[in-house]
Amino acid sequence: MNKIIKYVLYDIIRSKIILAYTLFLLLLSVGLFNLGGSPDKGILSLLNVVQLTVPLISIVFATTHFYNSYEFMELLVAQPINRKKIFLSEYFGVACSLSVAFILGVGAPVLLFGASLTGLYLVLTGVFITFIFVAMAFLASVITRDKAKGIGIALLLWFYFALIYDGVVLLILYYFSEYPLEYATLALTALNPIDLARIIVLLNLDVSALMGYTGALYKSIFGSVWGIGLSFGLLLLWGLLPVLSSVRTFSKRDL
Amino acid sequence: MCKSYGKLQVLNNVSVKFDTGKVVSVIGPNGSGKTTMSKCILGMVLPDSGDIKMNGESVLQKYAYRNQIGYMPQIGRYPKNMKIRQVMDMVRDIRKDATKIDEELIGLYGLKSMYDKRMGALSGGTKQKVSAALAFMFDPQVLILDEPTAGLDPISAEILKGKILKEKKRGKLVLITSHIMSEVEEVADEVMCLMDGSVKFYETITSLKAQTQEDRLSRAIAKIMNDEV
Repeated sequence: MNKIIKYVLYDIIRSKIILAYTLFLLLLSVGLFNLGGSPDKGILSLLNVVQLTVPLISIVFATTHFYNSYEFMELLVAQPINRKKIFLSEYFGVACSLSVAFILGVGAPVLLFGASLTGLYLVLTGVFITFIFVAMAFLASVITRDKAKGIGIALLLWFYFALIYDGVVLLILYYFSEYPLEYATLALTALNPIDLARIIVLLNLDVSALMGYTGALYKSIFGSVWGIGLSFGLLLLWGLLPVLSSVRTFSKRDL
Repeated sequence: MCKSYGKLQVLNNVSVKFDTGKVVSVIGPNGSGKTTMSKCILGMVLPDSGDIKMNGESVLQKYAYRNQIGYMPQIGRYPKNMKIRQVMDMVRDIRKDATKIDEELIGLYGLKSMYDKRMGALSGGTKQKVSAALAFMFDPQVLILDEPTAGLDPISAEILKGKILKEKKRGKLVLITSHIMSEVEEVADEVMCLMDGSVKFYETITSLKAQTQEDRLSRAIAKIMNDEV
């Protein structure tokens, strides 16, 4: 498997998109830290931007990469290699290179300007988000052979998790505002990896004091080691499920 | 073995047995399932029902058996930004356990002088040469060649035919799909004809000629097809 990852990485590095992505994140982080004044503010603005762009770039890049390496995979399936291995090598190749770009682009400035536990959470959740969205991209790519359709599905997934889902949650909160919704919102959060990641970081910032009663409940849950463990567990699950189901589909379909 | 793509039944109860030391030519009209059959053997396409056995063992959902197979696709598709050298090195890297490396075709086709060209910049014929070199490189027991000479210039096609006959003498099974009857006659011992996904006939060339009392294979086959239609 390592051998194949080597060739996947080689292919990705040659395309230079990863380099551009790293520079983009680096510029963004350094800029926001210098604008914000306090490191906490910097992390907060960074969080908002990162949680929108990282999923988008991960999912689009991974989908296009998958379709572009179709020939590569075709070449490999005629060789004595397990199909699962080919697929997982592609997955880890893409996810790891995007994560390294993220760690360099966001992690390094955070370490430099605002090294704290919150900063660590920001980088950690960012890496998780990368892995999750690459997994979703691969799921979208194995579902259909048509490149345009695959990218369409991938974008739709991003739209859903980054924008639509929050709208739906707000709508629910608005209509049912008479009822105690603390636990319901908690459950709703678990159903969206981006929200989950955002809350893990937010609750470690002082702004969580502004979120009222729900904020207090969240803080009591996510503030504990167990809550943090649970939410990272959920993120892990969010990554594993699409990977496992796409591996299954990939090893059972015609190439 | 059966296979259908959606509603289209491509292979319909195909059941054949190939022996080593022979060159079997798979012929049939376009879309009769020749490529699908070879892709099934390679595990690229999974049959709906039935089984594929090699040396008595089922190969479905397995992969190690493929180090006994050399495959030359009809249209070789390669990563566009890899150089010939990189493709060769990569495949060799993957099949490290291969004991014998056969570089005869690389030499005969002069591929070494083009090693630094990108796959995307190669002509169709050169790609075919790369495919052929890769298929023969690891001294496999079974060779599956899908329209090997289509796109090759006459000299290169001759080289390939020579190589096929040489490998046959060394006791290998060679499966060739082809439309060129003169070529089939030249290299093959047996002909298997697929039509609409089922085996129409599977005979040796000599018995085909005897049956139809024709001395040319193309006429013999045309006769059989016309008689029965």
